Amino acid sequence: MWYLCMFFHRLLDYRKAEVESLAELFGYVGDGLEWKLPQHHHPDSPFHFVNLPSEELARTIANRSILIKGIYEVWGEGGSYEELEEAIKNYPDDRKLPYLTADSTFRIIVDSFGKVMSFQEQNDRIKGLAYIPFKGRVNLKSPEHKFWLMQTDDYGVSNGLPPVAQRTIFFGREVGAADRKLLPTYQLKSRNYLGPTAMDAEMAFLMANQALVKPGKLVYDPFVGTGSILVAAAHFGAMTMGADIDIRVVRDGRGPDCNVWSNFKQYGLPAPVALLRADNNLPPWRPSLKEVFDAIICDPPYGVRAGGRKSGGRKLLKGTVDPYTVPDDKRTDHIPSTGAYCLSECVHDLLDVAGKMLVMGGRLVYFYPVLREDDSRENHFPEHPCFRLVSSSEQILSSRYSRVLLTMVKIGLYTEEIAEAARIKHLEFRENHLKWLEDGNLHSSVFASTDTQLPATGDAKFSKEPRRKYRGKYV
Amino acid sequence: MRLLTHNMLSSNIKGVTNGFPLLIEVEKVIEKPVDFNPDFLKNMFVKVDWKALVDASRSLGYAELPEETPESSVIDSDDFLRKFHHALLELHLEEGALVCPETERKFPVSKGIPNMLLHEDEV
Repeated sequence: MWYLCMFFHRLLDYRKAEVESLAELFGYVGDGLEWKLPQHHHPDSPFHFVNLPSEELARTIANRSILIKGIYEVWGEGGSYEELEEAIKNYPDDRKLPYLTADSTFRIIVDSFGKVMSFQEQNDRIKGLAYIPFKGRVNLKSPEHKFWLMQTDDYGVSNGLPPVAQRTIFFGREVGAADRKLLPTYQLKSRNYLGPTAMDAEMAFLMANQALVKPGKLVYDPFVGTGSILVAAAHFGAMTMGADIDIRVVRDGRGPDCNVWSNFKQYGLPAPVALLRADNNLPPWRPSLKEVFDAIICDPPYGVRAGGRKSGGRKLLKGTVDPYTVPDDKRTDHIPSTGAYCLSECVHDLLDVAGKMLVMGGRLVYFYPVLREDDSRENHFPEHPCFRLVSSSEQILSSRYSRVLLTMVKIGLYTEEIAEAARIKHLEFRENHLKWLEDGNLHSSVFASTDTQLPATGDAKFSKEPRRKYRGKYV
Repeated sequence: MRLLTHNMLSSNIKGVTNGFPLLIEVEKVIEKPVDFNPDFLKNMFVKVDWKALVDASRSLGYAELPEETPESSVIDSDDFLRKFHHALLELHLEEGALVCPETERKFPVSKGIPNMLLHEDEV
């Protein structure tokens, strides 16, 4: 059955991907969901129709989601209130009457997109629905049935919202809505232990949804930092495990009540089953261990706000001096130096570890930066023979660069041959597309002054239609 | 550090061919209760290296696990699952070290966090 899905007007590129993931999480089997747009609506419109096999599934998806404002069974839609009345009257009674009975309670909510309606106007609109035979009692606090009158107007394109060709009005019964109360509870500003790149709560929950996190699953973050991603996974019931190369971050934090553990305690969540200091470049897992994590979720260091590090001193890695030996008497307290870890190598290691350590069907969810001038990026996300790309969702961070949330699913067994093939493929990929990822190039592009930036990008930049950015709503 | 973690880790020093299982040097062991989740335990049962888990639990002073790898049918026994749960998730090595079986290199464990990072001459 077709349901109307109204999204919060945020993170537009993430909306459908979230619904598709949640459908799969709650048992939908199939080749993706069917979607259609209301007539004359722009793809960025908050209104989308989605075909779901049952109301139960629609409700479960909506309740778990972060970006769905509501899912509705539409009783009528129209370009004017006359058309709407006609449509509602024509909607079959056996779909309507069970929700209008005398022993039920209900309320009607008037909502508009792109314009503000006064209280008086809302009341008038509700009175205008008198042709619907409501028999139940009104209950504003906890009604059994919520009905929504939603209107989007032809407000012109100048106000920074997606263009709507003409007015549309929907009337429908709410099937389910998101629990946005999560977000104020988990917002970063009230979290004890934060780092410079802590993942904001909304995005962390979205990542957990993309990773199909549910109770009893084991979720791993190889760049755990302050644990902001694992907190979201733990909220959805997963067992969590995290590693970081910086011992101060994972072990010490900022004191006994301000560390990764305290971030879980703060919300009454079970602590991670393991935190360790390890290097993703040289993972310390026993060789016979494989297919143990149900999901790997992370935000790799891509060298813009935080740079990656790996084992081995800088000089040693470049081979300019003889291998350095730590004297025996200094071994116990020795702090090994680390070298730069460029993103292309980091992503290769991540895919390799994920290929080996994820269960079949397990998901790898991670952010990958792209320069916005780079036309060719659509087809050039990292690949691995063990994985299929499920979705890619862009979030624009500045006029220079975006980050893309990549969701991949493991579809092939990991073998030594495949690992070698992946390594060679990655070298080609790096040769052809990733020059800007090497040694701080991304950092320079993001922070270069405009004078030096312009001549390098040339005219192509101006001929290409830029991605719309609605009042920062992509951000 | 829980024994689940111990069961997953090995010494990855360059040239070491048999870095698993790591021996445990105990300074301080604590117990932290963890919610009992049979599904998770059943999942993990097939993944753990049994001998390493038994030896590790004994070195932390818990001797309730059977020496021999149990038949897969035991996971339906509640009594067994409780013991497995306790050994795998509730015993913590808070302070101590993990010792590479080949080179005797010590990986320190402090505040429950194993430090698996290698020195410059070990990579």
